[in-house]
Amino acid sequence: MTRRPGFALGVLAFGYAFLYLPIGVVILYSFNESRLVTVWGGFSLKWWGTLLANEAMLSAAWLSLRIALASATAAALIGLAAGYVLARAPRFPGRTLFGSLVIGPMVMPEVVMGISMLLLFVGSDRLLGGPERGFLTIAIAHTTFSIAFVAIVVQARLADFDRSLEEAATDLGATPWVTFLTVTLPLIAPAVGSGWLLAFTLSLDDLILTQFVAGAQSQTLPMRVYSSVRLGVDPQINVLATIIVVLAASLLAVSGWLTRRKA
Amino acid sequence: MRFVIALPYAWLAVFFLLPFALVLGIALGTNDPDSAPPVALGFSLKNFALLFTDDLYLAAWLSSLRIAATATAITLLLGYPMAYAIARAAPRRRPLLLMLVVLPFWTSFLIRIYAWMGLLATNGPLDHILQWTGLTGGQATILGTEWAVQIGIVYAYLPFMVLPLYAALEKLDPGLLEAAADLGARPIQAFLTITLPLSLPGIVAGCLLVFIPAVGEFVIPDLLGGTETLMIGKVLWDEFFTNSDWPLASAVAICLLVLLVGPITLFQRQQAKSLERRP
Repeated sequence: MTRRPGFALGVLAFGYAFLYLPIGVVILYSFNESRLVTVWGGFSLKWWGTLLANEAMLSAAWLSLRIALASATAAALIGLAAGYVLARAPRFPGRTLFGSLVIGPMVMPEVVMGISMLLLFVGSDRLLGGPERGFLTIAIAHTTFSIAFVAIVVQARLADFDRSLEEAATDLGATPWVTFLTVTLPLIAPAVGSGWLLAFTLSLDDLILTQFVAGAQSQTLPMRVYSSVRLGVDPQINVLATIIVVLAASLLAVSGWLTRRKA
Repeated sequence: MRFVIALPYAWLAVFFLLPFALVLGIALGTNDPDSAPPVALGFSLKNFALLFTDDLYLAAWLSSLRIAATATAITLLLGYPMAYAIARAAPRRRPLLLMLVVLPFWTSFLIRIYAWMGLLATNGPLDHILQWTGLTGGQATILGTEWAVQIGIVYAYLPFMVLPLYAALEKLDPGLLEAAADLGARPIQAFLTITLPLSLPGIVAGCLLVFIPAVGEFVIPDLLGGTETLMIGKVLWDEFFTNSDWPLASAVAICLLVLLVGPITLFQRQQAKSLERRP
């Protein structure tokens, strides 16, 4: 393709335009005076004011943030263990099932996972009298599907890992736990961190699983957005989209800058 | 080590494996609107029989497969040249180009689909462009058609296609192509005999990563499709939330799972192989 740089340039321009034009239009229309998407009514910040005064939206966002923090942290811990096992325990009874269980939630259709987890919580409510549907059940559901993403990053990091460092620590008399905490963990920390970030983002964004397990009292941000968007285009959602895109872009830029500085 | 294995194993067994047994159990029961939850346990196959005899459900299965397959093919046609161009770009530009592909994935899925609602609406920006070119001869509504659903799937899942394709293409040794050219192969011949076969693992992984979730997709057909766009994920959702028919919704879930077991196993096997191949 080096002989035809024009073609490559055209392909990339088209691809990136396809990816970014829709987001650009949404950002542009968050500053639209008019309520309609089809009409440009002049520059205005009024929808920004409306959204930032929208109590229901703000409390939903707060709930989503708390769930994302809890579930990403739990998923990072369990995913770290799962990734470690996948990379370091080649043989134990049930190894094949273990592998399928870890990867499974990643490729399972979300509606299927949603209905199955709801039935589990309904069943446990019947038999054990809890947990009440809400924060806890949503956090458990999000943790369950995020484990896979952390485990895969951790496993990949451990696969190209210099094991002589661990062996040196063991030879010098460190117990397996001490070796793990002082040698292995610091070296794979970036992988755990990016897994945590991925789990955090997935949790913040999840609608389907949440809708199934949320119960009647809890409303997360995606649930609010969905119920408003179903009725048509809403300028407040354009503002929310703009905030999310700017946040995501700056987070990625910072993490990209950090990894480059380290390398 | 035993504890390290036990923690994820127990969590996933309780919260991922056990629920499927419950879904199967409920699917064999019958709908009982008067009790809470609305299920009468039992052993009847009538929910499954309904799914395979009723025209509406059959149509939903077929159109889910058709829409997912078409959208996967379009995503591949769009994603392959992109991945190729990124893999052949100057090495110092590649991280930025890749990040630009991944960035939309970090923003909200729901909002990315929402963005298309405005774009595809009657008298929306795309309609204006189409009217201006005169291709459609007057107003054209794309929102609410199967086309809108296809566009939504391609848009939402493009990063999942580009990343595995890039991973496969980046490893390709340019020396192979030079050798082919030196031996007199035309570029298209070199592409078909060298590049394409060597990137096959990436093609398979990318297609599965798009196809599997697309079959069970709910948000995209719900927001961009119309009443006549039938997809099985939406059927499950409606049976559950609108009709409160938990047993029927469970039966749909079981069938969807059985349908996707093949592709999912294929994906898992490839994933395991690609991790083992690393030194």
